[in-house]
Amino acid sequence: MPETKPETQPGTKPETKPGTARNGKAPGKAARAAKPARAAAGEAAAPAPAAVPGPLAVLKTYKLYLGGAFPRSESGRTYAVTDHTGRWLANAPLASRKDARDAVVAARRAFPRWSGATAYLRGQILYRIAEMLQSRGEQFAAEVAAAEGVTTEEAARLVAATIDRWVWYAGWTDKITQIGGGANPVAGPYFNLSTPEPTGVVAVLAPRDSALLGLVSVLAPVLATGNTAVLVTSHPRPLPALTLAEVLATSDLPAGVVNILSGDPAELGPPLAAHQDVNALDLTGAAPDEARDLEVAAAHTLKRLHRPDPDEDWQAAPGLARLRSFLETKTVWHPKGI
Amino acid sequence: MPEPTPEPTPAPRAENPFAYSPAPQSASVAALAPSYGLFIDGEFRPAADGRVFKTVAPASEEALSEVAEAGQEDVAAAVAAARAAFPAWSALPGAERAKYLFRIARLIQERSRELAVLESLDNGKPIRESRDVDLPLVAAHFFYYAGWADKLEHAGFGPRPRPLGVAGQVIPWNFPLLMLAWKVAPALACGNTVVLKPAETTPLTALRFAEICVQAGLPRGVVNILTGDGAAGAALVAHPGVDKVAFTGSTAVGREIARTVAGSRKRLTLELGGKAANIVFEDAPVDQAVEGIVDGIFFNQGHVCCAGSRLLVQESVAEEVVAALKERMRTLRVGDPLDKNTDIGAVNSAAQLARISELAAAGEAEGAERWSPPCELPETGWWFAPTLFTHVSQAHRIAREEIFGPVLSVLTFRTPEEAVAKANNTPYGLSAGIWTEKGSRILWMADRLRAGVVWANTFNKFDPTSPFGGYQESGYGREGGRHGLEAYLNA
Repeated sequence: MPETKPETQPGTKPETKPGTARNGKAPGKAARAAKPARAAAGEAAAPAPAAVPGPLAVLKTYKLYLGGAFPRSESGRTYAVTDHTGRWLANAPLASRKDARDAVVAARRAFPRWSGATAYLRGQILYRIAEMLQSRGEQFAAEVAAAEGVTTEEAARLVAATIDRWVWYAGWTDKITQIGGGANPVAGPYFNLSTPEPTGVVAVLAPRDSALLGLVSVLAPVLATGNTAVLVTSHPRPLPALTLAEVLATSDLPAGVVNILSGDPAELGPPLAAHQDVNALDLTGAAPDEARDLEVAAAHTLKRLHRPDPDEDWQAAPGLARLRSFLETKTVWHPKGI
Repeated sequence: MPEPTPEPTPAPRAENPFAYSPAPQSASVAALAPSYGLFIDGEFRPAADGRVFKTVAPASEEALSEVAEAGQEDVAAAVAAARAAFPAWSALPGAERAKYLFRIARLIQERSRELAVLESLDNGKPIRESRDVDLPLVAAHFFYYAGWADKLEHAGFGPRPRPLGVAGQVIPWNFPLLMLAWKVAPALACGNTVVLKPAETTPLTALRFAEICVQAGLPRGVVNILTGDGAAGAALVAHPGVDKVAFTGSTAVGREIARTVAGSRKRLTLELGGKAANIVFEDAPVDQAVEGIVDGIFFNQGHVCCAGSRLLVQESVAEEVVAALKERMRTLRVGDPLDKNTDIGAVNSAAQLARISELAAAGEAEGAERWSPPCELPETGWWFAPTLFTHVSQAHRIAREEIFGPVLSVLTFRTPEEAVAKANNTPYGLSAGIWTEKGSRILWMADRLRAGVVWANTFNKFDPTSPFGGYQESGYGREGGRHGLEAYLNA
């Protein structure tokens, strides 16, 4: 796997230090971050194909996000992404099974540090992602409008809801332990404490339809609880997810915590469901007829499964179900005595 | 957990005031009937096809009783009875459901000696354990969940948590009545009805529990008990009228069940195998650690999914700890489960004995060094002497596979990081033990061990308020405590 980006050190970044966090979130800083994305990864800004006269636009090559880098699919494959009317938007990488395995390696490598980071730091980084989402709001709105065929106003509302959703989950990082754990009054002289812990590497099949709000609604809870993710985008609507990768890459999220693969869930789902080093599987984006086979494949390693609610309303308040899906409860005992 | 009575090394009887003398508990209190039926819709009845099987005392290989063997038709009848009972049971005010569970808890306490003796007869476990561990925990479990029945809206699973429906529950033979309690108590408290299949080799206490349900006046069909083998369990799990499946047993069967429920809307919790590391640091108090190691692996003949079957001992104290452990193992008394002196009872079945023997032989064949104290085993019944393997590597089968018997593998480590890496080097993740006097090291280790239960300076402690369950291939879901409610609520 190409490691073109050195691992960031979130703990050493000034904006993630408690004392300077407030300055780090200043609007001016967010605005600066909205500049075209990182040259180091070979990325360029991505305006929609221009129909207006003027200088020829520089089109963006959409790439995978893998171990903090932006590679093409190792298979060299791409597929045409169109808007809701069938107009060509871009060529997206068609990730391969090998890309999926590489993504699992990256997610596993990132797990100790992300799960071991303080809840406060995870919250800071996730909040930073919300800031970066905000600063790219117009781009996301354009991509959502093109992908989902909604009006510009509706797309803007979806982006606003997306940012709100992300902020909501960012706030959970240092609260879920108190809600999900606690002291147990055992009948004996023992200290006994239950604590929720992240499950590990979570493979997420993002929803097919809701290309941004649905996407963050499935990804944010995985991250907020300290897991690392391999996310397979919506097959027909991958572009908001691939742009989200650029947001993640500029938010001090350590490399490999999120890995994003555009491609066919029917191709990428089975190897992820069967992978020995994947601990949990979110079936949200699986076609109903594929979900059963994925569950069967996941049974061998006893992966935790998140079965989607078929009527899930992405605009509704999400509740705790998705946070709980990817947590383990650890209970520690110790005798009391003198 | 009872503290095993320290016994001096055997000496000529005349000079030793603590010399062994048998103290058997009378078996008559178990009041065995010659045959038992299935408990469906509040009544005992024979299997639809009339099939029966014998349940055998592992200590004597004698048949204890004849038990009906449930088939497909019986599974369907039991599920239908549970389904029919569900609307009224789930509509009862929580406070009323609670009172039934409190009644059951009290009846278990009243009949605890009878149940303990029956458990030891059918399972082979020492009466000291069934009497002092299993039965008190069974009653406590029903008391604990009884109190939840009218407080579910405060449990953190939403303002109006709803039961799931019919729970199909399949339990193992190592703690027959305790596993029943872990399954039945939370299911009923949450308003579900249940069909429970006890293990083939230990059906008797579950059937006695059915009598207790009758005594408690529990409405018909709320609890149904199907005795039988794996086929009955598989039929129950696969039955379309079941909304929730809960299983405790082997990882292999757990996988099969996960495949069976794939694609359905059935909810599933699994409590499966383990290969726990019990980690002893050089600053640990050796005598205390040795008691914990013994309790960790020899409790219940090692038929414990969370048994501390891998001893990881810091290299600098390995010799000292192993020597002390061997000395302690010489005092373990193997024999009659109904003898109050017995530390290690009978292995539950010939099949389990064969598996333990096979894995122990593999340990020798792969080059580990095998040791057991001099130990006279009874002539009839299924027995396995407490066994210790040293010079074990992580690649050995006895360090990787769950033996589910009184066999301990000793490995060493030098640094805490190495201990963590070795402890986590398993697809399981049920439990772990840490022995050290240094508090910060306990917490550092506890953070890094990928296991659902971490015992520090203790081992094999259980409590109804304390969630139990594993990471990774040790299964999913938790039993016990507030967490245990989630498996039975539409949360």
